[in-house]
Amino acid sequence: MTEDLQAALAARARAAVHTAPGAGCPCHPAGTLADRPDATVVRHAGAVAKAHAPGTDAGALALRLAVAARLPGVLLPPLTPAAEVLHGRPVTCWPHGTPVDPDAPDTAPWEAAAALLARLHRTPVDAAPPRAGPSTAHPAPAGRTLPPMRGPARAAEALARLRAEAPGHPAARPVLRAWRTLPAWARAEEPPPGPAVLCHGDFHLGQLVRHPAPDGPWVLIDVDDLGAGAGAWDLARPAAWFACGLLPPEEWARFLGAYRAAGGPAVPADGDPWPDLDAPARALTVQTAARSVVRAAAAGRPLDEVEQAPVDACDRMSRRPAELADGERP
Amino acid sequence: MQCPKCHAPMHTYNRNGVQIEQCSGCRGIFLDYGELEALTRLESQWSQPAPPPPPAPQAYPAAPAWGAPHGGHHGGGHGHGHYDHHRHKSFGHMLFSS
Repeated sequence: MTEDLQAALAARARAAVHTAPGAGCPCHPAGTLADRPDATVVRHAGAVAKAHAPGTDAGALALRLAVAARLPGVLLPPLTPAAEVLHGRPVTCWPHGTPVDPDAPDTAPWEAAAALLARLHRTPVDAAPPRAGPSTAHPAPAGRTLPPMRGPARAAEALARLRAEAPGHPAARPVLRAWRTLPAWARAEEPPPGPAVLCHGDFHLGQLVRHPAPDGPWVLIDVDDLGAGAGAWDLARPAAWFACGLLPPEEWARFLGAYRAAGGPAVPADGDPWPDLDAPARALTVQTAARSVVRAAAAGRPLDEVEQAPVDACDRMSRRPAELADGERP
Repeated sequence: MQCPKCHAPMHTYNRNGVQIEQCSGCRGIFLDYGELEALTRLESQWSQPAPPPPPAPQAYPAAPAWGAPHGGHHGGGHGHGHYDHHRHKSFGHMLFSS
């Protein structure tokens, strides 16, 4: 099944590159860039085809694709305007971009990432929905605007997996305890407070590519979690890494400073950003810790030090009164 | 010892370990070799302000109370050894949706 899907994706990416019928193909064989339960990505020369997660909301994906097509300087624009279905999965095609070099931490594009997120968050939410018209092959369902940003839902999914797959692991206890200290909106149980902005929903350094490859400007990829929500969620993963002691303070300061300099609205222009960052940074710390425990338990090995850091942070946050939790007790 | 100026007798006083001869007549003071420097040194210690405060915490980004002791607001004097130690590995994690 997985091989069938990958072959279908390779053929789809090949077709996206070689639009002329019957054209010869001098390219190298297709390569699989990712093959996870929630996404399979296959590359052929300058194009990639992505199979989205089973059960993806097709209407929401159509809206998210349309946003990407309308913000080409911020989001990588899709090669085709709509998803098609292959092997029961929605499939989209994209230009291949150059990712962040995993071997060169010092060249990580923190400033570019921050400026892109600031631009995304400043995009009027009303301007983001696509124009439904007769020329649109797959018009967005009437009455739907932007779907909600899926960050809190992803965190809730990670906790559900922890409960299902490693509930008895010694490190699961502080993670579950920390989860209960979060405000309801950060657990996807209520809409977020405050104004909703257009957010990425799953920002990390793997969500940036240079387009056109190899030297073009950085743009954001992966619209699966994009939508309206709390902009601070997009800053919260670097914030969580910094708080867990994994991201050096200078790099966190560069990222935050560049976001503010670009007029990003999710935190005040100066002063302490943590009143806005605290809940999402705690949620992403809990999510990261939950995934770490599940991964280590599945592999039958102890947590490594990078996996242990967010678990330790969960332990600290659940031992002190939650500053933002609304009357809840761990 | 007699005062070299008015020839009145001089009396010896000890001030913070420095021997000082003062004339009982004209109140003039006689210092031995090195005693002026010793007094100057003592004076500068007295006038020196309190030791400077530790490096300003404002230079460090604000951090939440649940943050790691290494990072965040607790980490002022730790340098970068902690980050260098597992920088490559933690950077790898920042490239994935973990």
